Amino acid sequence: MRSFKVAIVGFGSVGQGVAKVIASRNGIFDEAHAEFKIVAITDSKGAVLDPKGIDISSALKQKREGTLKRVSMSSLDVVKNVDYDILVEVTPTDARTGEPGLSYIIEALSRGKHVVTSNKGPLANQYKMLLGLSKENNVKLLFEATAGGAMPVFNLARTPLAGNKIKSIMGIFNGTCNYILTRMITEELPYDMVLSEAKELGYAEADPTYDVEGIDTALKLVILANAVFGMDVKLDDVDIVGISSITLDALKLASDDGYVVKLIGEVRPNGEESILRVSPRLVPKTHPLAVQGTLNAALMQTELAGDIMVIGKGAGSIETASAILSDMMYIASSKD
Amino acid sequence: MRITMDLELKDIPGQLVRALEPISDAGGNIVSVVHHHENRTPRGTIPIQVIVDMEDGLTELKNKLESRDIKVVRVDEAKLLVHETILIVGHIIHSDIRDTIDQIDSTGYAEVVDLAMSMPGINLKSSARIGINATGKDEMKKAVKLLRDISKEKELLIIEPIDTEGM
Repeated sequence: MRSFKVAIVGFGSVGQGVAKVIASRNGIFDEAHAEFKIVAITDSKGAVLDPKGIDISSALKQKREGTLKRVSMSSLDVVKNVDYDILVEVTPTDARTGEPGLSYIIEALSRGKHVVTSNKGPLANQYKMLLGLSKENNVKLLFEATAGGAMPVFNLARTPLAGNKIKSIMGIFNGTCNYILTRMITEELPYDMVLSEAKELGYAEADPTYDVEGIDTALKLVILANAVFGMDVKLDDVDIVGISSITLDALKLASDDGYVVKLIGEVRPNGEESILRVSPRLVPKTHPLAVQGTLNAALMQTELAGDIMVIGKGAGSIETASAILSDMMYIASSKD
Repeated sequence: MRITMDLELKDIPGQLVRALEPISDAGGNIVSVVHHHENRTPRGTIPIQVIVDMEDGLTELKNKLESRDIKVVRVDEAKLLVHETILIVGHIIHSDIRDTIDQIDSTGYAEVVDLAMSMPGINLKSSARIGINATGKDEMKKAVKLLRDISKEKELLIIEPIDTEGM
Protein backbone atom coordinates (compact mmCIF):
# COMPACT_ATOMS: atom_id res chain seq x y z
CA MET A 1 0.00 0.00 0.00
CA ARG A 2 1.38 3.41 -0.98
CA SER A 3 0.88 6.35 1.29
CA PHE A 4 0.11 9.82 -0.07
CA LYS A 5 0.39 13.05 1.83
CA VAL A 6 -2.49 15.34 0.89
CA ALA A 7 -2.79 19.11 1.23
CA ILE A 8 -6.30 20.55 0.96
CA VAL A 9 -6.37 24.19 -0.07
CA GLY A 10 -9.82 25.63 0.52
CA PHE A 11 -11.87 24.34 3.44
CA GLY A 12 -15.34 25.27 2.31
CA SER A 13 -18.08 22.76 1.57
CA VAL A 14 -16.08 20.83 -1.05
CA GLY A 15 -12.87 20.77 1.01
CA GLN A 16 -14.81 19.60 4.04
CA GLY A 17 -16.62 17.02 1.89
CA VAL A 18 -13.29 15.55 0.76
CA ALA A 19 -11.97 15.52 4.33
CA LYS A 20 -15.16 13.86 5.55
CA VAL A 21 -14.97 11.05 3.00
CA ILE A 22 -11.28 10.43 3.74
CA ALA A 23 -11.95 10.44 7.50
CA SER A 24 -14.87 8.02 7.11
CA ARG A 25 -12.45 5.46 5.67
CA ASN A 26 -9.59 6.28 8.05
CA GLY A 27 -7.67 7.31 4.96
CA ILE A 28 -7.49 3.75 3.64
CA PHE A 29 -8.66 3.09 0.06
CA ASP A 30 -8.00 -0.61 -0.54
CA GLU A 31 -9.32 -0.56 -4.10
CA ALA A 32 -6.46 1.76 -5.07
CA HIS A 33 -3.98 0.22 -2.60
CA ALA A 34 -3.59 3.68 -1.18
CA GLU A 35 -3.56 5.52 2.09
CA PHE A 36 -4.34 9.25 2.02
CA LYS A 37 -3.01 11.26 4.92
CA ILE A 38 -4.13 14.88 5.17
CA VAL A 39 -1.08 16.88 6.28
CA ALA A 40 -2.33 20.39 5.55
CA ILE A 41 -5.66 22.21 5.41
CA THR A 42 -5.88 25.88 4.57
CA ASP A 43 -8.63 28.45 4.37
CA SER A 44 -8.74 32.22 4.18
CA LYS A 45 -7.85 32.49 7.89
CA GLY A 46 -4.72 30.37 7.93
CA ALA A 47 -3.52 26.78 7.96
CA VAL A 48 -3.70 23.62 10.00
CA LEU A 49 -0.60 21.49 9.66
CA ASP A 50 0.53 18.11 10.91
CA PRO A 51 3.13 16.11 8.99
CA LYS A 52 1.96 12.94 10.78
CA GLY A 53 -1.62 13.45 9.66
CA ILE A 54 -4.29 15.85 10.90
CA ASP A 55 -7.08 14.55 13.13
CA ILE A 56 -9.77 15.27 10.58
CA SER A 57 -12.86 14.59 12.66
CA SER A 58 -11.86 17.13 15.27
CA ALA A 59 -10.76 19.63 12.59
CA LEU A 60 -14.19 19.34 10.95
CA LYS A 61 -15.92 19.76 14.30
CA GLN A 62 -13.81 22.79 15.20
CA LYS A 63 -14.41 24.32 11.77
CA ARG A 64 -18.16 23.99 12.31
CA GLU A 65 -17.95 25.49 15.76
CA GLY A 66 -15.60 28.27 14.69
CA THR A 67 -12.83 27.15 17.05
CA LEU A 68 -10.37 25.78 14.48
CA LYS A 69 -6.81 26.70 15.55
CA ARG A 70 -4.73 27.80 12.61
CA VAL A 71 -1.13 28.85 12.23
CA SER A 72 -0.70 32.10 10.41
CA MET A 73 0.48 30.82 7.05
CA SER A 74 -1.13 31.69 3.73
CA SER A 75 -2.41 29.06 1.32
CA LEU A 76 0.36 30.00 -1.09
CA ASP A 77 3.01 29.52 1.62
CA VAL A 78 1.61 26.08 2.34
CA VAL A 79 1.53 25.13 -1.35
CA LYS A 80 5.13 26.33 -1.71
CA ASN A 81 6.71 24.96 1.44
CA VAL A 82 4.83 22.07 2.99
CA ASP A 83 5.78 18.47 2.14
CA TYR A 84 2.86 16.80 0.35
CA ASP A 85 2.29 14.49 -2.65
CA ILE A 86 -1.15 15.60 -3.84
CA LEU A 87 -2.59 19.09 -3.74
CA VAL A 88 -6.38 19.14 -3.53
CA GLU A 89 -7.20 22.63 -4.77
CA VAL A 90 -10.82 23.49 -3.97
CA THR A 91 -10.84 27.28 -3.61
CA PRO A 92 -13.64 29.41 -5.11
CA THR A 93 -13.67 30.01 -8.86
CA ASP A 94 -12.84 33.30 -10.50
CA ALA A 95 -14.00 32.91 -14.08
CA ARG A 96 -11.98 35.78 -15.49
CA THR A 97 -8.56 35.39 -13.89
CA GLY A 98 -8.58 31.91 -12.42
CA GLU A 99 -6.92 33.31 -9.30
CA PRO A 100 -5.96 32.52 -6.64
CA GLY A 101 -6.31 28.84 -7.60
CA LEU A 102 -4.20 29.32 -10.70
CA SER A 103 -1.13 30.35 -8.68
CA TYR A 104 -1.56 27.41 -6.29
CA ILE A 105 -1.77 24.95 -9.15
CA ILE A 106 1.23 26.42 -10.98
CA GLU A 107 3.28 26.33 -7.80
CA ALA A 108 2.37 22.72 -6.95
CA LEU A 109 2.96 21.39 -10.47
CA SER A 110 6.29 23.23 -10.65
CA ARG A 111 7.30 21.51 -7.42
CA GLY A 112 6.46 18.15 -8.99
CA LYS A 113 3.28 17.59 -6.97
CA HIS A 114 0.10 16.02 -8.36
CA VAL A 115 -2.90 18.34 -8.45
CA VAL A 116 -6.60 17.49 -8.17
CA THR A 117 -8.95 20.42 -8.49
CA SER A 118 -12.63 21.29 -8.68
CA ASN A 119 -11.79 24.87 -9.66
CA LYS A 120 -12.95 25.78 -13.15
CA GLY A 121 -11.31 29.19 -13.42
CA PRO A 122 -7.65 28.14 -13.67
CA LEU A 123 -8.39 25.39 -16.20
CA ALA A 124 -10.65 27.51 -18.38
CA ASN A 125 -8.01 30.24 -18.43
CA GLN A 126 -4.73 28.36 -18.74
CA TYR A 127 -5.36 24.73 -19.56
CA LYS A 128 -2.62 24.38 -22.14
CA MET A 129 0.04 25.93 -19.95
CA LEU A 130 -0.99 23.87 -16.92
CA LEU A 131 -1.04 20.65 -18.92
CA GLY A 132 2.45 21.46 -20.24
CA LEU A 133 3.66 22.12 -16.72
CA SER A 134 2.26 18.82 -15.44
CA LYS A 135 3.93 16.91 -18.28
CA GLU A 136 7.25 18.69 -17.76
CA ASN A 137 7.24 17.73 -14.12
CA ASN A 138 5.87 14.26 -14.75
CA VAL A 139 2.88 14.68 -12.45
CA LYS A 140 -0.85 14.51 -12.96
CA LEU A 141 -3.35 17.35 -13.17
CA LEU A 142 -6.88 15.98 -12.77
CA PHE A 143 -10.18 17.83 -12.62
CA GLU A 144 -13.11 15.43 -12.86
CA ALA A 145 -15.11 17.60 -10.42
CA THR A 146 -15.05 20.63 -12.72
CA ALA A 147 -17.66 19.52 -15.24
CA GLY A 148 -20.78 18.01 -13.82
CA GLY A 149 -19.72 17.12 -10.27
CA ALA A 150 -19.97 13.41 -9.69
CA MET A 151 -20.77 12.72 -13.34
CA PRO A 152 -17.68 10.93 -14.76
CA VAL A 153 -17.16 12.82 -18.00
CA PHE A 154 -13.36 13.07 -18.22
CA ASN A 155 -12.93 9.61 -16.73
CA LEU A 156 -15.23 8.19 -19.35
CA ALA A 157 -13.38 9.93 -22.16
CA ARG A 158 -10.02 8.90 -20.71
CA THR A 159 -10.51 5.18 -20.27
CA PRO A 160 -13.62 3.29 -21.37
CA LEU A 161 -13.99 5.39 -24.50
CA ALA A 162 -10.28 5.74 -25.21
CA GLY A 163 -9.50 4.98 -28.83
CA ASN A 164 -13.05 5.87 -29.71
CA LYS A 165 -13.20 9.18 -31.45
CA ILE A 166 -15.63 11.48 -29.64
CA LYS A 167 -17.40 13.69 -32.19
CA SER A 168 -19.25 16.00 -29.86
CA ILE A 169 -20.42 16.52 -26.32
CA MET A 170 -23.75 18.10 -25.55
CA GLY A 171 -25.23 18.40 -22.12
CA ILE A 172 -26.80 20.05 -19.14
CA PHE A 173 -23.95 21.19 -16.91
CA ASN A 174 -25.68 23.53 -14.48
CA GLY A 175 -28.10 22.19 -11.90
CA THR A 176 -29.38 25.64 -10.90
CA CYS A 177 -30.60 26.43 -14.42
CA ASN A 178 -32.09 22.99 -14.78
CA TYR A 179 -33.90 23.38 -11.47
CA ILE A 180 -35.32 26.77 -12.49
CA LEU A 181 -36.52 25.59 -15.92
CA THR A 182 -38.01 22.39 -14.51
CA ARG A 183 -39.77 24.17 -11.66
CA MET A 184 -41.17 26.91 -13.92
CA ILE A 185 -42.94 24.46 -16.20
CA THR A 186 -44.07 21.92 -13.59
CA GLU A 187 -45.49 24.54 -11.21
CA GLU A 188 -46.37 27.16 -13.84
CA LEU A 189 -44.39 29.81 -12.01
CA PRO A 190 -42.66 32.82 -13.54
CA TYR A 191 -38.86 33.00 -13.78
CA ASP A 192 -38.33 35.62 -11.04
CA MET A 193 -40.33 33.73 -8.49
CA VAL A 194 -38.56 30.44 -9.12
CA LEU A 195 -35.19 32.18 -8.97
CA SER A 196 -35.97 33.66 -5.54
CA GLU A 197 -37.12 30.26 -4.39
CA ALA A 198 -33.91 28.64 -5.69
CA LYS A 199 -31.89 31.21 -3.73
CA GLU A 200 -33.83 30.42 -0.58
CA LEU A 201 -33.25 26.70 -1.01
CA GLY A 202 -29.56 27.31 -1.55
CA TYR A 203 -29.62 26.03 -5.16
CA ALA A 204 -28.77 29.48 -6.49
CA GLU A 205 -26.18 31.94 -5.22
CA ALA A 206 -27.18 35.38 -3.88
CA ASP A 207 -25.79 36.74 -7.16
CA PRO A 208 -27.03 34.15 -9.61
CA THR A 209 -25.57 35.78 -12.74
CA TYR A 210 -22.78 33.26 -13.00
CA ASP A 211 -25.28 30.39 -13.30
CA VAL A 212 -28.29 31.85 -15.08
CA GLU A 213 -26.34 33.81 -17.69
CA GLY A 214 -24.61 30.62 -18.76
CA ILE A 215 -21.08 31.53 -17.61
CA ASP A 216 -20.69 28.49 -15.39
CA THR A 217 -21.81 26.21 -18.22
CA ALA A 218 -19.48 28.00 -20.62
CA LEU A 219 -16.47 27.50 -18.32
CA LYS A 220 -17.19 23.79 -18.16
CA LEU A 221 -17.54 23.69 -21.93
CA VAL A 222 -14.15 25.38 -22.34
CA ILE A 223 -12.54 22.77 -20.08
CA LEU A 224 -14.22 19.95 -22.03
CA ALA A 225 -13.21 21.48 -25.36
CA ASN A 226 -9.58 21.81 -24.32
CA ALA A 227 -9.21 18.58 -22.37
CA VAL A 228 -11.28 16.16 -24.44
CA PHE A 229 -10.84 17.62 -27.91
CA GLY A 230 -7.42 19.26 -27.57
CA MET A 231 -8.84 22.63 -28.60
CA ASP A 232 -7.27 25.85 -27.38
CA VAL A 233 -10.25 28.02 -26.47
CA LYS A 234 -11.17 30.47 -23.74
CA LEU A 235 -14.38 31.77 -22.21
CA ASP A 236 -14.58 34.57 -24.77
CA ASP A 237 -14.70 32.03 -27.59
CA VAL A 238 -18.01 30.61 -26.34
CA ASP A 239 -21.25 31.85 -27.81
CA ILE A 240 -23.29 32.35 -24.62
CA VAL A 241 -27.00 32.92 -24.09
CA GLY A 242 -28.45 32.39 -20.62
CA ILE A 243 -31.95 31.64 -19.36
CA SER A 244 -32.85 34.94 -17.68
CA SER A 245 -35.11 36.15 -20.50
CA ILE A 246 -37.12 32.95 -20.80
CA THR A 247 -40.83 33.29 -20.15
CA LEU A 248 -43.23 30.77 -18.71
CA ASP A 249 -45.32 31.22 -21.86
CA ALA A 250 -42.40 30.11 -24.00
CA LEU A 251 -42.00 26.97 -21.90
CA LYS A 252 -45.74 26.25 -22.24
CA LEU A 253 -45.66 26.71 -26.00
CA ALA A 254 -42.72 24.30 -26.12
CA SER A 255 -44.48 21.81 -23.89
CA ASP A 256 -47.62 21.86 -26.07
CA ASP A 257 -45.48 20.68 -28.94
CA GLY A 258 -43.68 17.95 -26.98
CA TYR A 259 -40.56 19.79 -25.88
CA VAL A 260 -38.86 20.94 -22.72
CA VAL A 261 -36.39 23.83 -22.66
CA LYS A 262 -32.92 23.17 -21.26
CA LEU A 263 -29.75 25.23 -21.02
CA ILE A 264 -27.48 23.18 -23.24
CA GLY A 265 -23.73 23.42 -23.58
CA GLU A 266 -22.51 22.01 -26.87
CA VAL A 267 -19.00 21.46 -28.18
CA ARG A 268 -18.27 20.05 -31.62
CA PRO A 269 -14.69 20.54 -32.69
CA ASN A 270 -14.78 19.82 -36.38
CA GLY A 271 -14.15 22.29 -39.17
CA GLU A 272 -17.01 24.25 -40.66
CA GLU A 273 -19.57 22.70 -38.35
CA SER A 274 -17.49 23.68 -35.33
CA ILE A 275 -19.73 24.63 -32.42
CA LEU A 276 -18.90 26.01 -28.99
CA ARG A 277 -22.05 27.40 -27.51
CA VAL A 278 -24.28 27.66 -24.50
CA SER A 279 -27.94 28.42 -25.14
CA PRO A 280 -31.44 27.47 -24.14
CA ARG A 281 -32.60 24.74 -26.52
CA LEU A 282 -35.68 22.68 -27.25
CA VAL A 283 -35.27 19.08 -26.15
CA PRO A 284 -37.96 16.51 -27.03
CA LYS A 285 -39.63 15.28 -23.85
CA THR A 286 -38.71 11.72 -24.78
CA HIS A 287 -35.02 12.52 -25.32
CA PRO A 288 -32.56 11.26 -22.68
CA LEU A 289 -31.31 14.84 -22.14
CA ALA A 290 -34.74 15.84 -20.84
CA VAL A 291 -33.60 15.24 -17.23
CA GLN A 292 -35.43 16.96 -14.42
CA GLY A 293 -34.61 19.00 -11.36
CA THR A 294 -31.02 19.73 -10.44
CA LEU A 295 -29.62 16.81 -12.43
CA ASN A 296 -26.83 17.22 -14.94
CA ALA A 297 -26.46 15.10 -18.06
CA ALA A 298 -23.90 14.70 -20.81
CA LEU A 299 -24.34 13.07 -24.17
CA MET A 300 -21.19 12.08 -26.05
CA GLN A 301 -21.48 11.22 -29.69
CA THR A 302 -18.75 8.76 -30.53
CA GLU A 303 -17.63 7.30 -33.81
CA LEU A 304 -17.71 3.61 -32.89
CA ALA A 305 -19.86 3.34 -29.80
CA GLY A 306 -22.67 5.61 -30.97
CA ASP A 307 -24.22 7.82 -28.34
CA ILE A 308 -23.21 7.49 -24.69
CA MET A 309 -25.05 9.31 -21.91
CA VAL A 310 -24.18 10.00 -18.32
CA ILE A 311 -26.60 11.52 -15.84
CA GLY A 312 -25.74 12.57 -12.32
CA LYS A 313 -25.77 15.10 -9.55
CA GLY A 314 -23.82 18.08 -10.69
CA ALA A 315 -23.20 19.69 -7.36
CA GLY A 316 -23.22 18.97 -3.66
CA SER A 317 -20.18 18.66 -1.44
CA ILE A 318 -20.19 14.86 -1.16
CA GLU A 319 -20.84 14.35 -4.90
CA THR A 320 -18.01 16.73 -5.77
CA ALA A 321 -15.83 15.03 -3.16
CA SER A 322 -16.58 11.72 -4.87
CA ALA A 323 -15.20 13.10 -8.14
CA ILE A 324 -12.09 14.41 -6.37
CA LEU A 325 -11.56 11.09 -4.61
CA SER A 326 -11.83 9.24 -7.92
CA ASP A 327 -9.05 11.46 -9.31
CA MET A 328 -6.93 10.84 -6.21
CA MET A 329 -7.40 7.12 -6.57
CA TYR A 330 -6.46 7.34 -10.23
CA ILE A 331 -3.20 8.99 -9.23
CA ALA A 332 -2.64 6.37 -6.54
CA SER A 333 -3.20 3.50 -8.94
CA SER A 334 -1.10 4.94 -11.77
CA LYS A 335 2.27 3.26 -12.16
CA ASP A 336 4.35 6.32 -12.99
CA MET B 1 -38.60 14.85 -52.45
CA ARG B 2 -41.66 12.81 -51.48
CA ILE B 3 -44.14 12.02 -54.24
CA THR B 4 -47.64 10.68 -53.92
CA MET B 5 -48.94 9.05 -57.13
CA ASP B 6 -52.45 7.84 -57.91
CA LEU B 7 -52.29 5.17 -60.59
CA GLU B 8 -54.89 2.95 -62.24
CA LEU B 9 -54.05 -0.65 -63.06
CA LYS B 10 -55.86 -3.11 -65.29
CA ASP B 11 -57.43 -5.95 -63.35
CA ILE B 12 -55.17 -8.67 -64.72
CA PRO B 13 -52.31 -10.47 -62.96
CA GLY B 14 -48.85 -8.93 -62.84
CA GLN B 15 -49.94 -5.30 -63.13
CA LEU B 16 -48.65 -4.16 -59.75
CA VAL B 17 -45.16 -5.40 -60.51
CA ARG B 18 -45.30 -3.64 -63.88
CA ALA B 19 -46.13 -0.41 -62.09
CA LEU B 20 -43.53 -0.65 -59.35
CA GLU B 21 -40.58 -1.81 -61.49
CA PRO B 22 -40.04 1.52 -63.25
CA ILE B 23 -40.15 3.33 -59.90
CA SER B 24 -37.34 1.21 -58.49
CA ASP B 25 -35.46 1.51 -61.78
CA ALA B 26 -35.65 5.30 -61.49
CA GLY B 27 -33.98 5.13 -58.06
CA GLY B 28 -37.19 5.77 -56.16
CA ASN B 29 -37.63 4.42 -52.66
CA ILE B 30 -41.18 3.09 -52.27
CA VAL B 31 -42.52 4.10 -48.88
CA SER B 32 -46.07 2.81 -49.17
CA VAL B 33 -48.40 1.10 -51.65
CA VAL B 34 -52.17 0.99 -51.06
CA HIS B 35 -54.33 -1.11 -53.33
CA HIS B 36 -57.93 0.11 -53.56
CA HIS B 37 -59.49 -3.13 -54.78
CA GLU B 38 -62.89 -2.19 -53.40
CA ASN B 39 -62.97 1.14 -55.27
CA ARG B 40 -62.84 -0.19 -58.82
CA THR B 41 -63.36 2.61 -61.33
CA PRO B 42 -66.23 2.68 -63.89
CA ARG B 43 -63.57 1.75 -66.45
CA GLY B 44 -62.93 -1.46 -64.49
CA THR B 45 -59.46 -0.45 -63.43
CA ILE B 46 -58.10 -0.65 -59.89
CA PRO B 47 -56.80 2.54 -58.26
CA ILE B 48 -53.58 2.33 -56.30
CA GLN B 49 -51.77 4.97 -54.36
CA VAL B 50 -47.98 4.85 -54.18
CA ILE B 51 -45.76 7.05 -52.00
CA VAL B 52 -42.18 7.33 -53.19
CA ASP B 53 -39.04 9.20 -52.14
CA MET B 54 -36.97 10.15 -55.17
CA GLU B 55 -34.71 12.97 -56.26
CA ASP B 56 -35.37 13.57 -59.98
CA GLY B 57 -36.55 11.88 -63.17
CA LEU B 58 -40.26 12.23 -62.43
CA THR B 59 -41.24 13.12 -66.02
CA GLU B 60 -39.36 10.11 -67.40
CA LEU B 61 -41.03 7.91 -64.81
CA LYS B 62 -44.50 9.15 -65.80
CA ASN B 63 -43.76 8.49 -69.46
CA LYS B 64 -42.46 5.04 -68.73
CA LEU B 65 -45.54 4.13 -66.67
CA GLU B 66 -47.87 5.38 -69.39
CA SER B 67 -45.97 3.47 -72.05
CA ARG B 68 -46.75 0.36 -69.97
CA ASP B 69 -50.44 1.17 -70.14
CA ILE B 70 -50.60 2.32 -66.56
CA LYS B 71 -52.73 5.39 -66.12
CA VAL B 72 -51.16 8.14 -64.00
CA VAL B 73 -54.14 9.98 -62.53
CA ARG B 74 -52.42 12.38 -60.19
CA VAL B 75 -48.95 13.26 -58.97
CA ASP B 76 -48.36 15.33 -55.82
CA GLU B 77 -44.90 16.48 -55.00
CA ALA B 78 -44.37 17.30 -51.37
CA LYS B 79 -41.38 19.56 -51.52
CA LEU B 80 -41.16 20.65 -47.92
CA LEU B 81 -39.97 17.58 -46.15
CA VAL B 82 -38.11 18.70 -43.07
CA HIS B 83 -40.00 20.24 -40.14
CA GLU B 84 -38.57 22.09 -37.20
CA THR B 85 -40.07 23.93 -34.22
CA ILE B 86 -38.44 27.09 -32.88
CA LEU B 87 -39.38 29.38 -30.01
CA ILE B 88 -39.01 33.14 -30.05
CA VAL B 89 -39.16 35.34 -26.96
CA GLY B 90 -39.17 39.13 -26.96
CA HIS B 91 -41.07 42.02 -28.48
CA ILE B 92 -42.17 39.90 -31.38
CA ILE B 93 -45.09 41.98 -32.62
CA HIS B 94 -43.34 45.33 -32.24
CA SER B 95 -40.40 44.03 -34.18
CA ASP B 96 -42.75 43.11 -37.05
CA ILE B 97 -43.46 39.40 -37.04
CA ARG B 98 -44.90 39.65 -40.51
CA ASP B 99 -41.54 40.74 -41.82
CA THR B 100 -39.83 37.88 -39.96
CA ILE B 101 -42.16 35.36 -41.57
CA ASP B 102 -41.89 37.00 -45.00
CA GLN B 103 -38.11 36.82 -44.91
CA ILE B 104 -38.26 33.06 -44.34
CA ASP B 105 -41.07 32.44 -46.84
CA SER B 106 -39.26 34.40 -49.52
CA THR B 107 -36.23 32.10 -49.43
CA GLY B 108 -38.08 29.72 -51.72
CA TYR B 109 -36.74 26.71 -49.81
CA ALA B 110 -38.42 27.23 -46.45
CA GLU B 111 -41.68 28.52 -45.10
CA VAL B 112 -43.37 29.19 -41.81
CA VAL B 113 -46.25 26.73 -41.56
CA ASP B 114 -47.34 27.15 -37.99
CA LEU B 115 -47.48 29.98 -35.48
CA ALA B 116 -48.65 29.95 -31.87
CA MET B 117 -48.30 33.04 -29.74
CA SER B 118 -48.75 34.20 -26.22
CA MET B 119 -48.96 37.88 -25.36
CA PRO B 120 -49.32 38.38 -21.61
CA GLY B 121 -49.50 42.18 -21.57
CA ILE B 122 -48.90 45.28 -23.64
CA ASN B 123 -45.43 46.02 -22.39
CA LEU B 124 -44.44 42.46 -21.57
CA LYS B 125 -42.42 40.16 -23.75
CA SER B 126 -44.34 37.87 -26.02
CA SER B 127 -43.47 34.27 -26.75
CA ALA B 128 -44.06 32.48 -30.02
CA ARG B 129 -43.65 28.98 -31.33
CA ILE B 130 -43.15 28.76 -35.04
CA GLY B 131 -43.03 25.71 -37.24
CA ILE B 132 -40.82 25.84 -40.30
CA ASN B 133 -40.84 23.42 -43.21
CA ALA B 134 -37.92 23.25 -45.60
CA THR B 135 -37.02 21.28 -48.69
CA GLY B 136 -34.12 19.49 -47.04
CA LYS B 137 -31.79 19.40 -44.05
CA ASP B 138 -29.28 21.86 -45.51
CA GLU B 139 -32.08 24.23 -46.43
CA MET B 140 -33.43 23.98 -42.89
CA LYS B 141 -30.01 24.89 -41.52
CA LYS B 142 -29.95 27.94 -43.79
CA ALA B 143 -33.44 28.96 -42.72
CA VAL B 144 -32.54 28.65 -39.03
CA LYS B 145 -29.38 30.66 -39.61
CA LEU B 146 -31.50 33.34 -41.28
CA LEU B 147 -33.90 33.38 -38.33
CA ARG B 148 -30.92 33.63 -35.98
CA ASP B 149 -29.66 36.68 -37.85
CA ILE B 150 -33.10 38.30 -37.88
CA SER B 151 -33.45 37.69 -34.14
CA LYS B 152 -30.09 39.25 -33.42
CA GLU B 153 -31.07 42.34 -35.37
CA LYS B 154 -34.49 42.55 -33.69
CA GLU B 155 -33.12 41.64 -30.25
CA LEU B 156 -35.22 38.52 -29.87
CA LEU B 157 -34.23 35.35 -28.05
CA ILE B 158 -34.57 32.29 -30.21
CA ILE B 159 -34.61 28.78 -28.81
CA GLU B 160 -33.63 26.15 -31.34
CA PRO B 161 -34.07 22.40 -31.01
CA ILE B 162 -31.05 20.21 -30.26
CA ASP B 163 -29.78 18.00 -33.04
CA THR B 164 -31.37 14.65 -32.23
CA GLU B 165 -29.86 12.69 -35.04
CA GLY B 166 -28.39 9.45 -33.85
CA MET B 167 -30.53 9.18 -30.76
